Amino acid sequence: MAASLRCFLRSGKRAVLVAVRRGIHNSSPAAVQVTVRDALNQAMDEELERDERVFLLGEEVAQYDGAYKVSRGLWKKYGDKRIIDTPISEMGFAGIAVGAAMAGLRPICEFMTFNFSMQAIDQVINSAAKTYYMSAGLQPVPIVFRGPNGASAGVAAQHSQCFAAWYAHCPGLKVVSPWNSEDARGLLKAAIRDDNPVVFLENELMYGVPFEMSDESQSKDFTIPIGKAKVERQGSHITLVSHSRFVGHCLDAAAVLAKEGVDCEVINLRTIRPMDVECIEGSVMKTNHLVTVEGGWPQFGIGAEICARIMEGPAFNFLDAPVTRVTGVDIPMPYAKILEENSLPQVKDIIFSVKKTLNV
Amino acid sequence: MKTMLAIISNALCRITGRSAGEQTVSEGARVVASRSLSDFTPQATFDIKKCDVHRLEAGPPVRAELTREQGLQYYRTMQTVRRMELKADQLYKQKIIRGFCHLYDGQEACAAGIEAAINPSDHLITAYRAHGYTFTRGVSIREILAELTGRRGGVAKGKGGSMHMYAPHFYGGNGIVGAQVPLGAGIALACQYQGNNQICVTLYGDGAANQGQLFETFNMAALWKLPCIFVCENNKYGMGTSVERASASTDYYKRGDFIPGLRVDGMDVLCVREAAKFAADHCRAGKGPIIMELQTYRYHGHSMSDPGVSYRTREEIQEVRSKSDPISLLKERLLSNNMASVEELKEIDIQIRKEVEEAAQFATSDPEPPLEELCNHIFSNDPPLEVRGTNPWSKLKSIS
Repeated sequence: MAASLRCFLRSGKRAVLVAVRRGIHNSSPAAVQVTVRDALNQAMDEELERDERVFLLGEEVAQYDGAYKVSRGLWKKYGDKRIIDTPISEMGFAGIAVGAAMAGLRPICEFMTFNFSMQAIDQVINSAAKTYYMSAGLQPVPIVFRGPNGASAGVAAQHSQCFAAWYAHCPGLKVVSPWNSEDARGLLKAAIRDDNPVVFLENELMYGVPFEMSDESQSKDFTIPIGKAKVERQGSHITLVSHSRFVGHCLDAAAVLAKEGVDCEVINLRTIRPMDVECIEGSVMKTNHLVTVEGGWPQFGIGAEICARIMEGPAFNFLDAPVTRVTGVDIPMPYAKILEENSLPQVKDIIFSVKKTLNV
Repeated sequence: MKTMLAIISNALCRITGRSAGEQTVSEGARVVASRSLSDFTPQATFDIKKCDVHRLEAGPPVRAELTREQGLQYYRTMQTVRRMELKADQLYKQKIIRGFCHLYDGQEACAAGIEAAINPSDHLITAYRAHGYTFTRGVSIREILAELTGRRGGVAKGKGGSMHMYAPHFYGGNGIVGAQVPLGAGIALACQYQGNNQICVTLYGDGAANQGQLFETFNMAALWKLPCIFVCENNKYGMGTSVERASASTDYYKRGDFIPGLRVDGMDVLCVREAAKFAADHCRAGKGPIIMELQTYRYHGHSMSDPGVSYRTREEIQEVRSKSDPISLLKERLLSNNMASVEELKEIDIQIRKEVEEAAQFATSDPEPPLEELCNHIFSNDPPLEVRGTNPWSKLKSIS
């Protein structure tokens, strides 16, 4: 057990690849391997082509091809008008993006990381999220705010915060958190086509990870509905709910646990707000046990919300144990590798929590 | 002919011992009835104050043409805003309006002058002292007052209130000081992007002039040559803080540094109009943004909870009222150039009072929005959504 665990942990991203090839993903025979980065790039390319009101602005998105190369090639193809490099002025350019959305365009506003969105958060919440309500439907704001969210590797406290809970708190916003390439592609296209402000939380560590993508998902009109979770793995003993990178960790844990006869159902939230509570409830009513997994801090987080919602709904009476939350450690992110590793949920933490919840 | 009539009219007044404005209806009617439209001066040219300029070779013209029609229109607009704001003051004191209420009386020439210079297809965004602009941008008095009283007939169905009123090409009404400035530049970006030759007028106050996001916006607007007129309505006080106590430089028209600027007499509607025309031409010519500082004054305090006399003297307020009131200034010009008659203007005043009174009646009697609409308008163009109420059993419905 320990050996296979160590194998998974050491191989890191290769493990995901291997897991994928072993068919954790249902894929059609003529599937193609696409990294999350390329999926995002293709989604933006297609939406830029489809609707000339769509444009991208942010730091280094044009001539640098994107700080993380997510917008590679787009400036070359679409030019200055549609791919705009901004000065380092988050509050200013976020406000400009919102104003452009109010006046009929469909901007994609990139934050180099969501940590910098804090400088602009007033524009996201007060100018974008609340306006349709305050105007009683007179003024929609069709905008996407996107960028990497949460911990990366070795970037320390000021560059590692997860903003899912903060943004998901606010009515008027949709908050989306893709895990794999299919999520990234389908959800970004849906977000761009949505007439409302969407906060699109990517993950830097996932950008380079390839996934198999079905033929269907390669279609130019492939979108994934915002507000619907996906059951990535069927199971009967316990439900694991997660979003973004940690969905992969849950699947890894499930693979290990399967060998010990524990059958996990893994749900990929895909959307944080509006959350697909029905999907979680349906699963809990089947498995009677729930573990939530997230990278963000525990207090007032995604897991906390899931616990509250489960208690308020029909699934509560089906629980055989209290819900367990697996979260990031309640500290600012440290730098040293060993400290950083131990600040975030590892596969072993998920396995441990599952066993504690099941009392095995 | 007209001088004869004027002489007769004045003589009549002297005989009856009344001032021209106090003529009884019968006497006045006789005099008015015999004055036809052709008796009035159809157009006149006025000297206006020269604007201080920053990074500009020349400023707006120092003479402004005004037709009788325009004069009456500007008068009507400013008087309507004045009476509407005073009505709001009254309703607030009666507790029929609650929360925030930032009144615009004193600053009417700014809104009227700008609207006279731009097209309805241009765009405008301002901060929270927005009732004047809401009117000039086309929202009716009754929809404005009903929004202030929080009724379903309000322009935002009662859900926005004083600071959140919207109309086509008018983006509010914004509550966060300074936040509207990047928004305005974004609207200008959309104009440029769409190539429609439209511009955006983006207003802010002397208080907001010190917000960092303004300088971020100035930089991008200049860099990208956005067709944006940044207008600083300098009414000398940011809430209770005078400009001298808030700004290291009170030359707000120069604060854009690399952006050209104008300092304009904001109490003179013609001055504002000419400057705004100049600025609009600048933007439409593709020269990029421009800043206009309008020197103006508010009679009320910052908001209805501010008496407005703890940081300035009553004498100061009175002095502005008597020497620089924008409506009086225009009225004087019209009368002394025989472009309108006292009776005519009085008639307009009466009409406006009636309109405002009717609107206030509506605003007071219209019902509040129905509770079923509490959760509507969260998302645009979406299927209905369930919204959690105050307790878990309260499941409310939201439609787009």
